[in-house]
Amino acid sequence: MDNWSRRTVLSAIGLTGVGAALAACGTSSGSAEGTLNVLFMQQAGYSEEDISAMVALFEKDNPKIKINKTFVAYEALRDKIVAAAPAGTFDVVLIDVIWPPEFAEKKLIADITPRVPAEWKTQMLEGALSTAVYKDRFYGVPWILDAKYLYSNTEHLTRAGLAPTAPTTWSGVVEAARAIKAKGVVKYPLIWSWKQTEAVICDYTQLLGAFGGTFLDAAGKPAFNTGGGVRALQFMKSTLDEGLSNPASMESLEDDVAKAFPNGDASFALNWTFMWAKTQDEKESKVKGKVTIGQTPAGDGGKRPGCNGSMALAIPATSKKPDDAWKLIQHLTSAATQEQYAKSSLPVWKASYTKDTVVATSPETVAAAKAELDSLILRPGVNHYNAVSQILQGEISNALLGRKPVQKALDDAAAAAASELK
Amino acid sequence: MRYKIFIHAAAAFVAAVFLAPLAWLVIASVSEPRDLLARPLHWIPEHPTWSRYDAIANSDGSDVAGLFRQSMGNSVIVALGTVAVSMVIGVLGGYALARLRFRFRRSTMVAFLIAYMLPPIALLIPLYLVLTQLQLLDSKIGLIVVYTSFTTPFVLWIMTNQFLSLPVELEEAARVDGCSRLGALLRVVLPVARPGLFATMMFTFLMSWDEFLYALIFTATPEAKTVPVAIAEFTGRYSADFGLVAAGGVLATLPPVLLALAFQRYVVDGLAAASVKG
Amino acid sequence: MTDQLNRPAPPRAQETPVRPSRAGRGEARFALFLLLPAAFVVFGVVVYPVVRTLVTSVLDVDGPLDDSTPFVGVSNYVEALGDPGFWRAVWQTSYFSVTSIFFEVVFGVGIALLLNAPLRARWLFRAIVIVPWALPTIVSGAMWRYIFSGQYGALNAVLTQLGLMDEYRSWLGSDPFLALNMVMAADVWKNTSLVAFLLLAGLQNIPSDLYEAARIDGAGPIRSFFSITVPMLVPSIVIVLVLRTIDTVRIFDIVYIVTGGGPASGTQTVAFYTYVRAFSDQRLGYGSALSYLVTAVVLVLSVVYLRTLRKRGALL
Repeated sequence: MDNWSRRTVLSAIGLTGVGAALAACGTSSGSAEGTLNVLFMQQAGYSEEDISAMVALFEKDNPKIKINKTFVAYEALRDKIVAAAPAGTFDVVLIDVIWPPEFAEKKLIADITPRVPAEWKTQMLEGALSTAVYKDRFYGVPWILDAKYLYSNTEHLTRAGLAPTAPTTWSGVVEAARAIKAKGVVKYPLIWSWKQTEAVICDYTQLLGAFGGTFLDAAGKPAFNTGGGVRALQFMKSTLDEGLSNPASMESLEDDVAKAFPNGDASFALNWTFMWAKTQDEKESKVKGKVTIGQTPAGDGGKRPGCNGSMALAIPATSKKPDDAWKLIQHLTSAATQEQYAKSSLPVWKASYTKDTVVATSPETVAAAKAELDSLILRPGVNHYNAVSQILQGEISNALLGRKPVQKALDDAAAAAASELK
Repeated sequence: MRYKIFIHAAAAFVAAVFLAPLAWLVIASVSEPRDLLARPLHWIPEHPTWSRYDAIANSDGSDVAGLFRQSMGNSVIVALGTVAVSMVIGVLGGYALARLRFRFRRSTMVAFLIAYMLPPIALLIPLYLVLTQLQLLDSKIGLIVVYTSFTTPFVLWIMTNQFLSLPVELEEAARVDGCSRLGALLRVVLPVARPGLFATMMFTFLMSWDEFLYALIFTATPEAKTVPVAIAEFTGRYSADFGLVAAGGVLATLPPVLLALAFQRYVVDGLAAASVKG
Repeated sequence: MTDQLNRPAPPRAQETPVRPSRAGRGEARFALFLLLPAAFVVFGVVVYPVVRTLVTSVLDVDGPLDDSTPFVGVSNYVEALGDPGFWRAVWQTSYFSVTSIFFEVVFGVGIALLLNAPLRARWLFRAIVIVPWALPTIVSGAMWRYIFSGQYGALNAVLTQLGLMDEYRSWLGSDPFLALNMVMAADVWKNTSLVAFLLLAGLQNIPSDLYEAARIDGAGPIRSFFSITVPMLVPSIVIVLVLRTIDTVRIFDIVYIVTGGGPASGTQTVAFYTYVRAFSDQRLGYGSALSYLVTAVVLVLSVVYLRTLRKRGALL
């Protein structure tokens, strides 16, 4: 917080208990010498056990540094970074791909460009590299790499009299879905995560890319209300209207999709890598052996980019130990560490994908990832991303529920977003 | 007679409406995941499983189930601490507001009530700073400090009304017998005010057991995370098993429900005395 | 009716003369001594954030570390008053508050009468009624989100298995207004218990000779309900209104868990909207202004209610 007003306010209330106590406490940060406070997420990617093992190894190599790990839910991660920023609680934080522009502009996280070795630019997957880049500066190192893949239920395809191979285009998906619905295999062949949250933006982004749209034009103005952006939303709406998409998509998150698809209730779904493990789980999955994971289909734009859902390790600008923090980040993101835990999350290094030990962890996902991860589409990298995303979520929801025509909803979103961005 | 049948039927209906969702919560907590995803739904699980309770009871503490067990302990400590502090302080203050004459008495009460009405979101970031400076972030004490700040006005309010509803002659008699004011409060007034006291304790306990937003932001490690935070983590982005949420929910409900049942009699009497002063 | 309410009350401090006597000064010192701990734990914690938030609300603060925070006067407040998103949240919160409190009071009166009725196993009934209230909000939210689920929800299962509905439907995703009502239903389910107990407390304060007198005058049960029970319950109802208004205007947890504000922003409440603007968008100045507006509304409503109550003879 701005210093002048904090002091003024504090002295103004100096008579009250906290004021007095604050004055007495000075500005000590509360961390012992040599301790790094690190904020992780506990759901996707590496498990807590994985991270503990990685960190233990680091502590062994760097006996002077002690790591204090904090795990929170994804939903709490961002709020925690924001709330903790003035206090300088954390030295390393995990950030989502959509946060760097805002965090960078607001100086919540440090610019680490001078630390990043030049050769990383060729050694890392291109999609990964862009995760924490804003205005050509690096604000973090990609660590958890993900995009949404197309999951197909081959048994449903067979029962509908189709070849058991995943469609490569969205029109192919729709045709197959029509055939599956006509044969009565399932009532709603498609399930999506279209709840009014970031989830719907990820699905929309991937479709926008497939239909050749862009979020922003060259001047940085909203452009999703033209061309591919409109066709993507029209596509989403038409699958709902035709009864191909499950209406419950509108209240679903990725984990709801990850219940329905492994349960055999949907023929196609877009989801992150984590759902693959759920389809392979003997105990819970009804589709083991009847499912494929593949690159996202192409729309009329002809391209097949995945929505970049990666996460990066960053150093908060208020950290008092940026050098030690960088050491830890280097360790966690190194090819050696990532390859060892490839089963939990795929490495960000190109070379890793040719190693047998990595491929063997999950041949299906590695094959899909290899194709998809090299061309990822980013959600708009704008300063007020969250506000823009909120606007877009609301208007997409309006259009899908038929409360506004698609074009009008996107025009309204573009107008509101433009005023946020100005 | 018709009346008797009617009220019993109505009571049975109300009981069913209140219990049905909870019954489902309990059933879900012992159902296999695939039973929960079946259509038509299996109301009675074919193979009841205690695995989630088992995980919560016996986990070594590093996974969500183990974290949940620790969070139960944290919640109990935080809630009891909050109750203890705010009750002692609130009873003394409430007595002053009800029995002593001084200027700005009403304004004092109003100031406390305003503090109670502030939306937590408005206070979140400044409070975070305060807790950091006091080195109380991510600690049970820190939560007790924050919770006490909003339960105390509530205790003051209820206890003031409770004291006002008691005849002043009671203390006067005691003071004639040589008790000090504080002595009269402790020995004569409080025993009579017991229903209100118990009811208020229960309210306070529930308030801190239920609190979510502050706990979400101010705690980070298993040392301090409370039950609502742990449950929110169950329902997080990539965890699909509702049974685990249900098991956690059942366990999280037990302490406040047992407390409510134990003090049920006092709740009614306490509220009667405290809220409606005729 | 008000006559019966004004039974002899204990002496009130506010009736004392403004200038304290010598004994009064001693009492004032004692009162200060007794109230000081409360003031310390409440205002010691709250004052800095309150002042801080007020200061923030007249600055343009764009993030917790923002180093240029120009003074913008009331423009955050002006912006809020012209923000359609805020007004939608205001409207949705008002609808939520009014409707849910209405149902809570109506059901609450009915249940309070039952709680007071000569039931067999009355203790058991009271125990059951208290349970939803003791259920933590976060558990209740997770439970209802799952019960309402469009794909695997118990509500869909019950309705289709009873033949009341042909197929599953999406309760939380198909229609914003329906979703708002579903969230409200979950909230009413939980809070009717508390309301019922508050009203039961009021019922027990009604002297039974009033009913006797009415019966002698030839009034039936329905008439004595409307001419005795309801008017005598008014003070309790006002308490309910105050408590529940404060709660519903601040409603956050259940929206956060059940719908996340959607679909089509139809379940965004004022508190949730403030959270989104202040935290997700990091517009702290604007968010602070929003929360002060909310506090002001709660305050005004509470003062109105409490004045009504005071006229009827209660302290606050």
